Amino acid sequence: MTYCGYCGKPTGEADHAACARRLGVIDPPRFCQRCARRMVVQVTPAGWTASCSRHGEIHSAR
Amino acid sequence: MTTAPEQLDVLSVAREQVLERGVGLSEEQVLRVLQLPDERIGDLLDLAHRVRMRWCGPEVEVEGIVSVKTGGCPEDCHFCSQSGRFPSPVRSAWLDIPGLVKAARQTAETGATEFCIVAAVRGPDQRLLSQVREGIKAIREDGNDIQIACSLGMLTQEQVDELVAMGVHRYNHNLETARSHFPNVVTTHSWEERWETLRMVREAGMEVCCGGIIGMGETLAQRAEFAVQLAALEPDEVPLNFLIPNPGTPYEHYPVVEGPDALRAVGAFRLALPRTILRFAGGRELTFGDLGAKQGMLGGINAIIVGNYLTNLGRPAQEDLDMLQELSMPIKELSKTL
Ligand code: SF4
Ligand SMILES: [Zn+2]
Ligand SMILES: [Zn+2]
Repeated sequence: MTYCGYCGKPTGEADHAACARRLGVIDPPRFCQRCARRMVVQVTPAGWTASCSRHGEIHSAR
Repeated sequence: MTTAPEQLDVLSVAREQVLERGVGLSEEQVLRVLQLPDERIGDLLDLAHRVRMRWCGPEVEVEGIVSVKTGGCPEDCHFCSQSGRFPSPVRSAWLDIPGLVKAARQTAETGATEFCIVAAVRGPDQRLLSQVREGIKAIREDGNDIQIACSLGMLTQEQVDELVAMGVHRYNHNLETARSHFPNVVTTHSWEERWETLRMVREAGMEVCCGGIIGMGETLAQRAEFAVQLAALEPDEVPLNFLIPNPGTPYEHYPVVEGPDALRAVGAFRLALPRTILRFAGGRELTFGDLGAKQGMLGGINAIIVGNYLTNLGRPAQEDLDMLQELSMPIKELSKTL
């Protein structure tokens, strides 16, 4: 099972189109896609990092 | 036959009063601007742009901001995803000194002259102030001479003096909304407490940066009230934000401000504040998309935040820099701000 990075609910369950829009424009992911834990997110002027206590850190491409 | 002043077109009045004489609009006049029909928005923005060019000049002040202490704030500002009182997904985080130095360097590399260090707190404690002091020292040791601003909540006189001693040249503290609407937005502190911090900041010789958020359920009359309350403060800078309805906050389901309303606000605030640095801050991406940024820059705005915000993302800095180049608007340089 995978989870929505914006709302933390299972990706198969609800409609996440609005979530995807927010993630595409102004939001870093807040929930781990693998376990739905809330991540510790640091936004910086040129990027972001998000870490899950179980699954480690992900970061922005730029 | 003479026309009573209230029947004159508010933009004609503004042309003489604001453009020619540099006198900001009154509350009643700002309200009339906010009520202009859609087909007058072009005229409004055109006038606001001319006011900005006449009283501020063509330069655009570029700024980067970073959050050194994110989330877990004890206050209850209803728009804020960093309040610890709401079930927001934002978790607490601290940025270390190397991270802060890097953020300042990335900001300077865009050509920005301002770097604002922000913390989600009611007011700073000793730990935060030493972090800021060490951070500023490290930014300077990195060979970065960008001007440093701070936004650390409400201050005591000693804290104001400490920030001056650290070389902080501008302090941001937003009144957020009209005085009459503030108690609906925040219950854990008052508008007057915020005003008091701003007064101390001004008296200590720091530049005052004070703005707010459009779209928090205020009426148009309250929007006008806010514009003139800001004008009375005579701030050096006003950052204009548009509400980002953040999940878990009481304003989660508030509608995003419509583009035309946002443009009317931009023009109206410029006509109320002819000489202020009027900065596009958070929410413009959601409210306008890419198109509106340009309209705002040609409608009275003369400063932007580039790159990301505190908990939300912005467009890549390069897109905004390209836009400024396309508009032939020079970026304010460090030497000219000193
Ligand atoms: S004081 Fe600042 S960080 Fe705290 S809840 Fe209010 S706006 Fe958010
Ligand atoms: Zn979702
Ligand atoms: Zn995880």
